[in-house]
Amino acid sequence: MLLLLILVPILAAAAVLLGAPVRKTANGAAWLNLLITLGALLGYHSATGGYQEILRVPILPDWHLQFLLGVDGLSLIMLLLTAIVTVAALWVAPEVSGNEPAYFASLLFISAGAMGAFASLDLFFFYAFHELALIPTFLLIGIWGTGDRQSAAWKITIYLAVGSFILLLGLIGLYFSFPVEQRTFDITVLQQHAALINPGSRNAIYLALLFGFGILISLFPFHTWAPTAYASAPTPAAMMHAGVLKKFGLYGLLRIALPLLPGPAQHYAGLLLVLLLGNILYAGLATIGQKRLDLMLGYSSVMHMGYIFLGFASLNLIGTTGAALLMFAHGLSIAALFAIAGQVRERTGTLVFTELGGLAKPMPVLGFAFGLAAFASIGLPGFANFASEILVFFGAFKNGTASPYSQWQVATLLALWGVVISAVYMLRGYRAVFQGTINERWAGLKDVTTLRWPIILLLAVLMLAGFFPGLIVGLVKPVLAQSLSAPGLLQLPNWTYHPY
Amino acid sequence: MIQPVFLEVAVLITGLFLLIYESFAQDREKGFVAGMGIAALTIILIASFFATPTINIGGPPTGAMQFYTADALALFFKRFALLTTIIVLVISLEYRDVVRKFIYGAHSDAGIGEFYTIPIFTCAGLMWMASAVDFTMIFVSLELVTISFYILVAYMRRNSNSLEAGVKYLVLGALSTGFFVYGVTWIFGITGTTNLAQCATAMRFLPSCQGPLLFGFMLVLMGLGFKVAAVPFQFWVPDVYQGAPTPITAFLSVGSKAAGFVVLIRVVETFLSVPVLHDKVIAILSAVAAFTLLYGNLAALPQNNLKRLLAYSSIAHAGYLLIAVASLSGPGASSAIGFYLAGYLMMTLLSFIVIVVVANATGGDDIANFNGLGKRSPGLAFALLIAMLSLAGVPLTAGFFGKFFVFAAAIDQGHYVLSAIGIVTVGAGFYYYLKVVRAMYWLDPAAETAIPVSPLASFTITCLVTAIFIFGVFPRPIMDALSDVPIVAPVLAVSR
Repeated sequence: MLLLLILVPILAAAAVLLGAPVRKTANGAAWLNLLITLGALLGYHSATGGYQEILRVPILPDWHLQFLLGVDGLSLIMLLLTAIVTVAALWVAPEVSGNEPAYFASLLFISAGAMGAFASLDLFFFYAFHELALIPTFLLIGIWGTGDRQSAAWKITIYLAVGSFILLLGLIGLYFSFPVEQRTFDITVLQQHAALINPGSRNAIYLALLFGFGILISLFPFHTWAPTAYASAPTPAAMMHAGVLKKFGLYGLLRIALPLLPGPAQHYAGLLLVLLLGNILYAGLATIGQKRLDLMLGYSSVMHMGYIFLGFASLNLIGTTGAALLMFAHGLSIAALFAIAGQVRERTGTLVFTELGGLAKPMPVLGFAFGLAAFASIGLPGFANFASEILVFFGAFKNGTASPYSQWQVATLLALWGVVISAVYMLRGYRAVFQGTINERWAGLKDVTTLRWPIILLLAVLMLAGFFPGLIVGLVKPVLAQSLSAPGLLQLPNWTYHPY
Repeated sequence: MIQPVFLEVAVLITGLFLLIYESFAQDREKGFVAGMGIAALTIILIASFFATPTINIGGPPTGAMQFYTADALALFFKRFALLTTIIVLVISLEYRDVVRKFIYGAHSDAGIGEFYTIPIFTCAGLMWMASAVDFTMIFVSLELVTISFYILVAYMRRNSNSLEAGVKYLVLGALSTGFFVYGVTWIFGITGTTNLAQCATAMRFLPSCQGPLLFGFMLVLMGLGFKVAAVPFQFWVPDVYQGAPTPITAFLSVGSKAAGFVVLIRVVETFLSVPVLHDKVIAILSAVAAFTLLYGNLAALPQNNLKRLLAYSSIAHAGYLLIAVASLSGPGASSAIGFYLAGYLMMTLLSFIVIVVVANATGGDDIANFNGLGKRSPGLAFALLIAMLSLAGVPLTAGFFGKFFVFAAAIDQGHYVLSAIGIVTVGAGFYYYLKVVRAMYWLDPAAETAIPVSPLASFTITCLVTAIFIFGVFPRPIMDALSDVPIVAPVLAVSR
């Protein structure tokens, strides 16, 4: 079943390249994958918990390297996010100039890579699948991008290549830090033996993982690739990358760093808190200064990573649960925002604030949708972003109760200003694009018709998860609780969570 | 069962037979010489799978067998040399129009037959190098390889670039051979033997001779560094690679490098088995590896000619391989080198075959000649894309597994600085390999017509692309062939 999730997009990509009807095949594959994901979600026994649907193919027995697929609550929500965003992204893909099959095949490869990474329980393939998405991104931005697409494509590719090789060093280091008999790439086994990691190399490995993943997540000060790449990327590519692929690094931190290296995570929490405040405050202020909608959204996605890092840095159940939920919520909201921005760009040919304005008059549906997505992004109640940000802030603040005005509490107080910052830029963006006096040129624009549905899909799921966050929390909480209960490694205040 | 010794003999006989046969078949198309060579080498390659690794069981070897080993590593590299030569002959067939243009004879194919037969002698030399465990044998087989390359590099005698490459290769090759022999005399002078295993034993009892031994080692390293294109012995590489006939460039960058590395493995393991020399040898190798990585990758960045780019990339890959050589005191390093070279064979030969096909149609091998290849010939562009991604080290290709094993060996041995340098240079690699991808897919072609590909070439390209994918996911066949790699000199438990 999980193997299908990876194979369906790859086979569809191959079929498209060999001449199958492009849009039908691609969209069909995306919907099929969504159905399979829902099937996996319903088939998951949350009462039993743990990893299920295990598929194991040995690759190198000497190394204990295997192709290992399996899901638990945390990976299921990431798979669900991937499936939903893939459907929406392929749906809103505009008319393609030039090689249409290659365009859709690239998108399908990105989707397959993300699916593979989230479904892998083996460090090697977890890493390898993520890299699969790198080259399609390079091609998509380079060939079909807009604006300064060439430099943006180079920047994202080289940043991510170096970041992922740093990550690779960290993963190899992790492998060798176990005693010889326990060396394996199997995440499930590694988690059982977490206490055996060589204490001398823990900190170095954690730093390699933190910065390797951090570059992939656009952790300050390694964030500069993200805004330009998202601004230049074709709309579906931006949706896939900002919505799904960037969550890979956060997922990796929760999946690998948290259960295996909680000690160093605690030790370097101060460093991470400083950097994530850079994301929230520095990138947040930079977002306010943007003069184009696409760049503003790109920067805002960098900024929101700061909250997820804050949830991770809190290292307790509330905070990490919030981080997981926020990964899901932010993936949907940023995908919706990029989809809407793409619609605006397609109609007007520009996203510069000063040239736009008053677009809500000819396009009320699009304006309304942007308003909703913007509210979600700011973190207004009713959307999953609200529930998750609340958890993140509570988790991070609570962490410091042992000693008042600890680093976590100070960081939380500063991070809270991020909500104000995001309200400022989102509302300014909304005003500049959809409110105010309308430029005569735009009076005759047509509103979205069928393409409102993918946007509605994204927002509906976001609201569903916002009103019933327990649906998601119930899945991820046992996973994180188990990760955090690694014996003898971490002494932090315990807290039990009652779902709604 | 076949004795491994007979493999080289068969190759040599094939070469001699074809050389004589060709000279009596003057007025005919000479392509059949290459065809027969390919067929014969393929049969020998298949036969090599029936040969079992034999390590002198039952007492010490006598006579010429003291020079020769047929362990798993040697056998692996013999197959490697055979496969490389087969593909080089395929590329030579594609390339024959260019060679014809620069050799005027009585008729169009006069003087071209040797172009197909000399590589077979090179192949025999490469196979002997894989088995050599004595400095004498190493020297003789090395010279067989080098001298046949002197001829091949300068083969297009009316082409000034080819001649320039030939002269450079000859002068620097002779110089490096001189260094090598001088180094061997120092080692021989101290240990009284040229046999590697006996050298290792002797050196352990001579802790006071560190300085002279290290001097000898460095001279030998110079000679081998020239073969594998390691800094600071890489000056010849870009010009020779660019000037030489493209099939010969491919042969140089794969065959010559692999044979150089197998000898390097044996020599370095001999020296690493001496406790007093261990750390110093590793320090020397690490320094060479670091400079090779930096030079190769950084100098590749501004290149505009694809052959020249691949020349620098060949230096860069020597750097990654040297990381593994510097980690040879660990368990996985020699199989890492073997796997890396196997992946390197596939992706480099794949690039060169596509270069030849495209250069035949577009008239040049600058990166600009590949503009818009994605629109013109999607199949060729895809093949080159895979080759470039594998060279850059994208996962699920053979090239990535190679880098993975190398970095794993390095981290196991605690070479953190080398690994960090490796990571930074991988980033540079992504830039220059993707420059080719950019030309193929982002830019517009000069002409729209599809590029013709001969059936043999397209078959080879398909095989190589498939192999890159298969070994990118299932590296096990190669790793199994390399496992139980016995070490020439028994490595003592090194006390550090």
